[in-house]
Amino acid sequence: MAISTFNGGIHPPEYKELTENCAFEIMPSPEEIILPVSQHLGKDAQPVVKKGDEVFAGQLVAKAEGFISAPIHSSVTGKVLSIGKEVTPSGFPKDSIIIKTDKNSSAEKILLPPLDPETITPDEIRQRVAEAGIVGQGGAAFPTYVKLSPPKDKQIDVVILNGCECEPYLTRDYRFMIERPDDLIEGFKLILKALGVNRGVIGIENNKPEAIRILSEKVKSHSGLEVISLKTKYPQGAEKMLIKAVTGREVPPGKLPMDVGAVIQNIGTALAIYDAIVKGEVLITAALTVSGKGIKNPKNLLVPVGTPIHDVIDYCGGVTEDAVKIVVGGPMMGVAQFDLHAPVLKATSGILVLTKEEVEKSPETPCLRCGQCVGACPLNLVPTKLARYSQLQKYEEAEGADITVCMECGTCAYTCPANIPLVQWIRLGKQKVLQMQRERVTN
Amino acid sequence: METLAQTETKQKVYFDLTTSPHLHSGWSTSKVMWFVNLALAPSIAAALVFFGLYQILIILTAVIFAVGTEALIQFIRKKEITWFDGSAALTGLLLALTLPPNFSLSATAIGSIVAIGLGKQIFGGIGYNIFNPALVGRAFLQAAFPVQITTWTKPNFAVDSVSSATPLAAFKFDKFITDTSSLALGNVGGSLGETSALAVLIGGIFLIVVGIVNWRIPVSMIIGMFFFSGIFWLINPQQYPSPVFQIFAGSFLFGAMFMATDWVTSPITNKGMWIFGLGISLVLVVIRIFGGLPEGVMYSILIMNAFVPMINRFTRPRTFGALKEEKK
Repeated sequence: MAISTFNGGIHPPEYKELTENCAFEIMPSPEEIILPVSQHLGKDAQPVVKKGDEVFAGQLVAKAEGFISAPIHSSVTGKVLSIGKEVTPSGFPKDSIIIKTDKNSSAEKILLPPLDPETITPDEIRQRVAEAGIVGQGGAAFPTYVKLSPPKDKQIDVVILNGCECEPYLTRDYRFMIERPDDLIEGFKLILKALGVNRGVIGIENNKPEAIRILSEKVKSHSGLEVISLKTKYPQGAEKMLIKAVTGREVPPGKLPMDVGAVIQNIGTALAIYDAIVKGEVLITAALTVSGKGIKNPKNLLVPVGTPIHDVIDYCGGVTEDAVKIVVGGPMMGVAQFDLHAPVLKATSGILVLTKEEVEKSPETPCLRCGQCVGACPLNLVPTKLARYSQLQKYEEAEGADITVCMECGTCAYTCPANIPLVQWIRLGKQKVLQMQRERVTN
Repeated sequence: METLAQTETKQKVYFDLTTSPHLHSGWSTSKVMWFVNLALAPSIAAALVFFGLYQILIILTAVIFAVGTEALIQFIRKKEITWFDGSAALTGLLLALTLPPNFSLSATAIGSIVAIGLGKQIFGGIGYNIFNPALVGRAFLQAAFPVQITTWTKPNFAVDSVSSATPLAAFKFDKFITDTSSLALGNVGGSLGETSALAVLIGGIFLIVVGIVNWRIPVSMIIGMFFFSGIFWLINPQQYPSPVFQIFAGSFLFGAMFMATDWVTSPITNKGMWIFGLGISLVLVVIRIFGGLPEGVMYSILIMNAFVPMINRFTRPRTFGALKEEKK
């Protein structure tokens, strides 16, 4: 059988061996946590506590505002120190609630009443998911209950659970799949129930045979569920690529997966849903891989949301002498950090400490027109052209060449032998084109 | 244990803040160029074996003058001197391998100067040239030294049946067919690098395997050659040579593996590479069959080089998910 996949893509070194055999460890609460009110796509949450308030772990500290938003809960028991602008992993300062942990408190964390997964209704699932502040764990942090509430006119016929974890280094989803397969399947079934869909596919890259074996065995007793083994290729876990590989359908530019009848959920999201419904837990724990050759003890960790990055790094033994770059997220799409006081957010999937050797690049030369970026682009764009238009500020041409379709996966820049920062140029051009389009609408 | 608080102050200034992606394949322009130079080693060896050690002087002359011209022009233009990136050396090496054995060293030097000066640097240097620089140099020599450049030498191990004329010329003018095994090995008259198909294929396949040469260009050229020359062969096998002969004789394979695949002067899209390769073969068959010259790889590649910007424009891939009719 041919292994399902998409056209283009790359296969960078995986580096998963650093942490793939590290079971999740629970990291103790830090001295203080920083909770930005925006840890999701959409409107900022509104703080409901003020300086000096005592809060418990699991207590609501900021409520959702509007349809696309998510509430924030405290991950520790302690006292609100201040509310103000703090740096976040995206690099932008955001309004944040700082809570000083009370190490002596013996208070249990606050739980919501557990619900019975057998008798729960789709509306109850959505309501609980919203209440628990669950956001997509794949990186974009889109509020999950919105994704579980598709408009009536969209016919969804398949839900895909994204077990690709195609970013190098990261092993968080892999650990979840082998440590909590039963809970994962229960969570997945709750998603299917909320959407009223019968067919559920778990897509896993074939570099994770153990996860494929375990889950294939487990889904046998559930009708409608199947596991599909996918070619190990970056960016197999990108929504459009995954839908193409599993269903053969292409999401048109500017459209959503639900426009082709598919919904994608992350492994971590399915487990968060399970925990919220069966155990009554709100989303206050971030599961992340701490890896890279620059960290002394690579680990998979369960960290209280809001823990500053430097505390996580200290917990993993600190950095080595040759560490030069600290990245939140994966190495292909993550963000380099300049201030390690930035906190771990709900959707943070990894912290990477990279050494000089890992990030080394050769000097940039003019484009050699080799076409490697064209062949590798999973969205069939012409990255070298897009970057050139951006350099020359030819934004109309860039728009015509579909610059806004680019998802910034980094495949082109990875392959470029001339070492041109293609993604940086395209990102810039994309912003300019989007701005141009907004102005066109308002004029 | 060292905590980050200690390391932070010490290391913060070194933090690299470049944006994603944070990994890179490790390829660089100069690494690619040196790999291609390396892939030509079998062809150099074949040239020395069949035509004698003197040929190393032609190769060295071509490389030294190519690198020197590049450095000189960059110095005059106050640009960074990149003579060690392997690109000028490659142009010199490719040019040398297209020259006949025992070719004049002074003419070789002129060829290299023209290749780098008019073929590459006049357009702005690496990445900006339209035509394959080595072939520009070769075309200049063809025009300037028409006699010397078609004066062939018998190979060292020539059997009696092999003349010093190239197999293509022998066929064109005397209807003499050289046997394929001599063509494959390279024991025939011809340019330094072109005679041994085996040596060319070893280097070419190496470049395909490491991902430098996109297989579509050589494969489409071979398919095109089979098809276009096959038509004529089927019409009259006495008058026209077989497709197999056409592929193995002359510099077809050398051109397919090392000249047409030059990154800068070939298309960037997969579909474009097919059009480019098929186009080269079509032009080549026309030149070889109807033209006055026995060979024509150089001109057919140069002609198709000129079409590359247009090919790129018309073969833009369909954006993922876009409907066919929406394609702009």
